[in-house]
Amino acid sequence: MNPINYPQLLQLALPQITVVVTAFVVMTVDLLFLRKQASRVRFAVAASLAAIGCTVAIAHILLTSGQANILDGTLIANPLTHLVQIAILSLTIFTLLISVDSTFTEHVGEYVLLILLATTGMMFLVASQDLLVIFVSLELLSLSLYTLAAFSKRSGQSWEAALKYFLFGGMSAAFLLFGFSLLYGFSNSTSLQGIAATIQGPALNPFLAIAIVTTAIGLGFKIAAAPFHFWAPDVYQAAPAPSAAFIASGSKVASFFIFFQIVTIGFVGAGGTATLPHLVRGWIPVLALMAAASMLLGNLVAIRQTSLRRLLAYSAIAHAGYMLLAMLAHTQQSLAALLYYVVTYALATLGAFAVISVVEAQKGSDHISHFEGLSRQAPVLSFCLAIFILSLAGIPPLAGFFGKFYLFVTVLASTPRTADLLWLVALAIAMSAVSLYYYLRVLKAMYVAPPAAAVEELRSPILSQILVAVLAVAVILLGCAPHLLLKPILAAIQASGL
Amino acid sequence: MLAWTIYISFLGAAAMFLLPKGSAALARALALLTAVAGFAIALTAFVQHRTGEMLTITRVPWIPSLGIEYHLAADGISHTLVLLTGIIAVTGVLFSWNIEDRAKEFFAFYLLLIGAVYGVFLSYDLFLLFVFYEIVIIPKYFLIAIWGSTRREYGAMKLALYSFIGSAMVLIGLIAAYVAAGSTSTSLGHLANYPFSPHFQMLAFPLVFVGFGILAGLWPFHTWAPTGHVAAPTAASMLLAGVVMKLGAYGCLRVAMTLFPLGLGPWDHQILGLGSWRDVFAVLAVIGIVYGAMVALVQRDFKFVIGYSSVSHMGFILLGLMTLNQIGLAGAVMQMVSHGLLAGLLFAVVGRMVYARTHTRELSALGPMNLNQVIPFAAVTFVIAGMAAMGLPGFSGFVAELMILVGVWHTYPVLAICVGIGIVIGVVYVWRAMQKAFFSESRVESLPPEHPLPPISFPERLGAIILIAASVIVGIYPQVLLNIIVPALNSPLFEGLRKGSWQ
Repeated sequence: MNPINYPQLLQLALPQITVVVTAFVVMTVDLLFLRKQASRVRFAVAASLAAIGCTVAIAHILLTSGQANILDGTLIANPLTHLVQIAILSLTIFTLLISVDSTFTEHVGEYVLLILLATTGMMFLVASQDLLVIFVSLELLSLSLYTLAAFSKRSGQSWEAALKYFLFGGMSAAFLLFGFSLLYGFSNSTSLQGIAATIQGPALNPFLAIAIVTTAIGLGFKIAAAPFHFWAPDVYQAAPAPSAAFIASGSKVASFFIFFQIVTIGFVGAGGTATLPHLVRGWIPVLALMAAASMLLGNLVAIRQTSLRRLLAYSAIAHAGYMLLAMLAHTQQSLAALLYYVVTYALATLGAFAVISVVEAQKGSDHISHFEGLSRQAPVLSFCLAIFILSLAGIPPLAGFFGKFYLFVTVLASTPRTADLLWLVALAIAMSAVSLYYYLRVLKAMYVAPPAAAVEELRSPILSQILVAVLAVAVILLGCAPHLLLKPILAAIQASGL
Repeated sequence: MLAWTIYISFLGAAAMFLLPKGSAALARALALLTAVAGFAIALTAFVQHRTGEMLTITRVPWIPSLGIEYHLAADGISHTLVLLTGIIAVTGVLFSWNIEDRAKEFFAFYLLLIGAVYGVFLSYDLFLLFVFYEIVIIPKYFLIAIWGSTRREYGAMKLALYSFIGSAMVLIGLIAAYVAAGSTSTSLGHLANYPFSPHFQMLAFPLVFVGFGILAGLWPFHTWAPTGHVAAPTAASMLLAGVVMKLGAYGCLRVAMTLFPLGLGPWDHQILGLGSWRDVFAVLAVIGIVYGAMVALVQRDFKFVIGYSSVSHMGFILLGLMTLNQIGLAGAVMQMVSHGLLAGLLFAVVGRMVYARTHTRELSALGPMNLNQVIPFAAVTFVIAGMAAMGLPGFSGFVAELMILVGVWHTYPVLAICVGIGIVIGVVYVWRAMQKAFFSESRVESLPPEHPLPPISFPERLGAIILIAASVIVGIYPQVLLNIIVPALNSPLFEGLRKGSWQ
């Protein structure tokens, strides 16, 4: 083992350090100087400070290029991890700005601190190929998210959801740790490359099979794939809107990326196949089952939802199913497709939650009936929400459509025979036809139904309007010109040599 | 230049949002202006186009890493259908002159739909074609769900889901074809020239054909059409029957049959006497013709009569495609135009001239209203449109159906007889509807209408005259279209089809 090069380590971790320092600065400023101020002022100051910190981190990442790998992948840096970190930081900035107008808490400093700590967790998560660091950063992320979900102290539901999230999360972390410990015992290494080196040959060791399954359970929980999705509907519904948006966007990006890394680097020799009817044991059939279950369950259960947040939760489960397909394909292109998909998905979800939080603040709930006639009360917000929803449904020319198209193309192209994974792609496309039904129900409420009796202009904060409009423009732009995002992703994957 | 039909429609839709609140008249004027501009461009391009061959309009790289291009091109078939879209767009605005409620949004959705339809007809890149094809769905849904009548939300949702399921099938087929051809290009020419294995074509052809066929009213997937047409506001019914159903038929011809010509070839064995997908779809088309006509015969709702007649007429198009001979295919394209004009006219009479005044479409309730005296223009228009739809010589329907029949006679003599039966039933249902609605015997003389029906307005008269004139021009001088349709069918693009079983 090489001696540790501390200056290099520090330099690599500088963006993360920036975020952590920002977190403490924000809390200090908030607690020392702003305690007497109105919560809106406190939120505005805290969020802008935090956003500045994140921007500095992004700038730092943009300015440092090149590759590094410390201690067998304990901390790595390459164009790809940089790209994902930038995506995560940008989503964090959006989340922070969305929360400026919220009123659910007086503990502003702590709230922003937790968001930034979660961001730090994600940044370490995507920049590591070592089981220990992955686990620790995953826990940092998860613990912050549990608390964020519970942050609305006045709402009993928020507590309940957070407790559910915590219990399920704790259990899945145990599974993950169990899987990791088996992997370590098996290969005597915590680095993904080292594990990969010992997993060779066609026969699958039963312990390895257990390790694969438990790892899939642990990470499947993070991405809310069926059947490990039970926390998602409650958390999406009851957590404060910015927390839910953060859980649904930023943390998805990080989790999917690391999931992809673990299976493609760590389990490279134990793939198996998901070609019907000749399943070969390995991680691919496990993920194929999860994907199929998520697509079916998410889309079918979403049909019955009356709360928009719950509907988004089930649609998130369905989208997790689609994205798992990209892992099955595990090619360079499919990684690009996955990243494109998850980023555009995160943008659309973030925007949807931003609109929901405005509507909720005025009408008291996210029940779909409260969106009736919204197009006449708040034309801009409803137009943007329509854009987000249609993008999730995969209607061109929005980003969601190209995401789906590219994803399915790469999945089919990943196997030598086109038909190998066709059954999953066909299922996915069929299920996305089903999904149009529930997405259209939301649009119907907004545009078709007459507004409730007391029609009054919906007061929407100007900042929220701007943010939502920016996100909507991004979704349209990425759909019309996918190359804007696809080109850097492909270039980064090429440069990182994955 | 022709590409501006798309842009101008989209720009018009966007401009609707800039209009001041509650200015229905302004919105109407803007919509009419946009539609006329689109029509003018289409007509200019149509007149300048002589040869019928595929000419590129715009071609720029779009997503280079996937080989997807923004590639618009038009041949004789595209030009014909773009012109049809232009005509329907203008008359549709004329027949929606009475929209007052949320007029801006109405015309915004309307123009968005029109622009996307132009886009489908002009796309040469299949990814682009699919993008436009799917954009059509959403405005269609809102036009029906917001401004429709009878069970509008049900009708709109059914239509949206059927369309989306159809396009999902198309998407599976397109992605599979794109990947099988090496993921280098989604251009129609590239994929049409790629030698897909016969096995692949045998599977992909029915998938894509049915996917597009759903929108073309292919029996038994037609059930969205009558409910959707009936629920839709007049302009939307006109668009639906006039051009949107043509998108399906156009897709069948341009994508399914061009890409997978071997899928039409004979199977190794026969099932129920059917030896190929071609036989299967030909039989389904004939069932559609006869079934649609028979169901139209027993409807009580005036608009349902027209809705089912659409299913019947669309059957002719699909049957014409399945003849695979030049006269049958050309006839199918002619029928697309003819049905577009005539169905638009019929829906205009029923939806705008009659229903918007009487507020009922029950044939038994319309009879006593003595409509042929109250609104004689509507009665005359319906008689003309009905005669044309029956296939009276001198109108476009006659030429188109005759060509298709000749084509069918060459390939499926037995089916030609069944089609004859369908045509006879067609005469009967038009006659029945005409008599019950306009010339009923059961006159109640002592029923003075409390609110006299408003007379037929100028925009309505103008719209009806445009549509009738177009149908007569095509009927009297079909060469005006055939001169560019036939060379288009003889172009290299359809070589695969010709090699198959072109006679």
